Amino acid sequence: MKYLCLVYLEKDKLRAVPDKECKASSEGFRHSGVLMAAEALQPVETAATVRVRNGKVSVTDGPFAETKEQLAGFYLIDARDLNEAINAAAKIPPAREGSVEVRPVRELEA
Amino acid sequence: MTLIDPIHEAVNEVYVAHSRRVLATLIRLLGDFDVAEEALQDAFRAALEQWPRDGVPANPRAWLVSAGRFKAIDGLRRRSRFDALDDVGERGEIGVIDAAAWADAESVEDDRLRLIFTCCHPALAPDAQVALTLREVCGLTTEQIAQAFLTPAPTLAQRIVRAKAKIRDARIPYQVPTPAELPDRLDAVLRVIYLVFNEGYEASTGSMLTRHDLSAEAIRLGRLLAELLPEPEVLGLLALMLLHESRRAARTSSTGELIRLDDQDRSLWDRQLIAEGGRLVEQSLLSRRFGSYTIQAAISAVHSEAPTPADTDWKEIVGLYDALMRTDPSPVVELNRSVAIAMRDGPSAGLALIDAILERGDLTEYRLAHAARADLCRRLGRVADARRSYERAIALTQQETERRFLERQLANLQQPRSVAAAGQPRASSNMGEV
Repeated sequence: MKYLCLVYLEKDKLRAVPDKECKASSEGFRHSGVLMAAEALQPVETAATVRVRNGKVSVTDGPFAETKEQLAGFYLIDARDLNEAINAAAKIPPAREGSVEVRPVRELEA
Repeated sequence: MTLIDPIHEAVNEVYVAHSRRVLATLIRLLGDFDVAEEALQDAFRAALEQWPRDGVPANPRAWLVSAGRFKAIDGLRRRSRFDALDDVGERGEIGVIDAAAWADAESVEDDRLRLIFTCCHPALAPDAQVALTLREVCGLTTEQIAQAFLTPAPTLAQRIVRAKAKIRDARIPYQVPTPAELPDRLDAVLRVIYLVFNEGYEASTGSMLTRHDLSAEAIRLGRLLAELLPEPEVLGLLALMLLHESRRAARTSSTGELIRLDDQDRSLWDRQLIAEGGRLVEQSLLSRRFGSYTIQAAISAVHSEAPTPADTDWKEIVGLYDALMRTDPSPVVELNRSVAIAMRDGPSAGLALIDAILERGDLTEYRLAHAARADLCRRLGRVADARRSYERAIALTQQETERRFLERQLANLQQPRSVAAAGQPRASSNMGEV
């Protein structure tokens, strides 16, 4: 089953884990066959939010959530069950600086 | 008209003795809580039909598992709405006793542990863990749980439905944790059991009557876990619950008033429970892998050993609180340690420690901190300080019997103190220790 591990970090911790370490850990995940995709993200200030209402596209800056932590990256993994996914998430280096939300992927119905 | 039917009675006995174990195995075999529960009901319906005709089978539990599994697969096939259908079908047709499902005896024995660990999975909300454990492991009805927790039944039912949906959708596995995961996961299970016990024991709100059952249920769970997984802290928690339970008859008066440890009639303490608790504490201490439940149980055991409050070995208790501060430090533990020090070294030593905790702002909203402070001030003759602290404690308490208890203390304070026969003001220990 696929799980998306969403990495959340406070702004001043976005660079707390060296890139080298993140690279090495995703290589490790890839080798063990759990990892399907992983990326780090630019800070939330660089984001644009897009909505379509009545066929009209609106673009705003943001999102600016109330919470201090922002989405900083993601790991899409393939795990047998939640316990295996939790074990993998615990090995994501920024987990020690911020938090990792482990979300099961919902397969779209045919 | 009550015609006693021996077969119906036998089925009933089997239900009481085995339904939870059958359910635990069916969840493993069928991979879904709701399907397994339905299968369990179907299996007992089948037993009521067949056993009067064929007699009670030699191994009723195996029979019920096989019947439940057969009924479930049959039902799934007829409805054919499950993707897992082919998967289940491949495991083969089932005869009267499904040897394949039963052959792995060790697996069957572990099923109850699987069920406990799944219901107490940390990915589930704490209140959902409690509700699910009482529903699935203990077999309480949703209405019973709702009543005991003073929660509307629909709220509780929804909590259970959501928890089961999460187990399914997030794929929380039905397994006993690996040795590496065990300490953390076991903590979660012990927390659930102790929470259930305390709901019944302390009765933070509401009437006591229905809540007694929760303590009994928690002790039953503790015994089950001790049998399945005799880890030191499992034994420690069971000991702690038994030692608290041993004082049940002594801790409330006939009118329902709370009686402090010091004022309890110790002849009402249940010696059998104390002996059992004591043995478990020793067993856990010998392992040298014990933790905070065992230390708390050891403290409780020291109280239990004292024939009168004056005989309490406060030196030993302070030593145990020191150990507890090392394994599981918290402001509440620090408060209890301060009270023990007051008993060992005198009230002013304890008061200085409590004032330091309160000054830090850690327990300013905790009623027992103010109650303990009030008591120490009283013993030091600082009546005005004692009064202020009692009033603060009363303002913070939610529980009726506790409020009345504190109001009595406050009232006694305002009257000229009747000094005890020995010529010393009555010393009283920790109110939390009742």
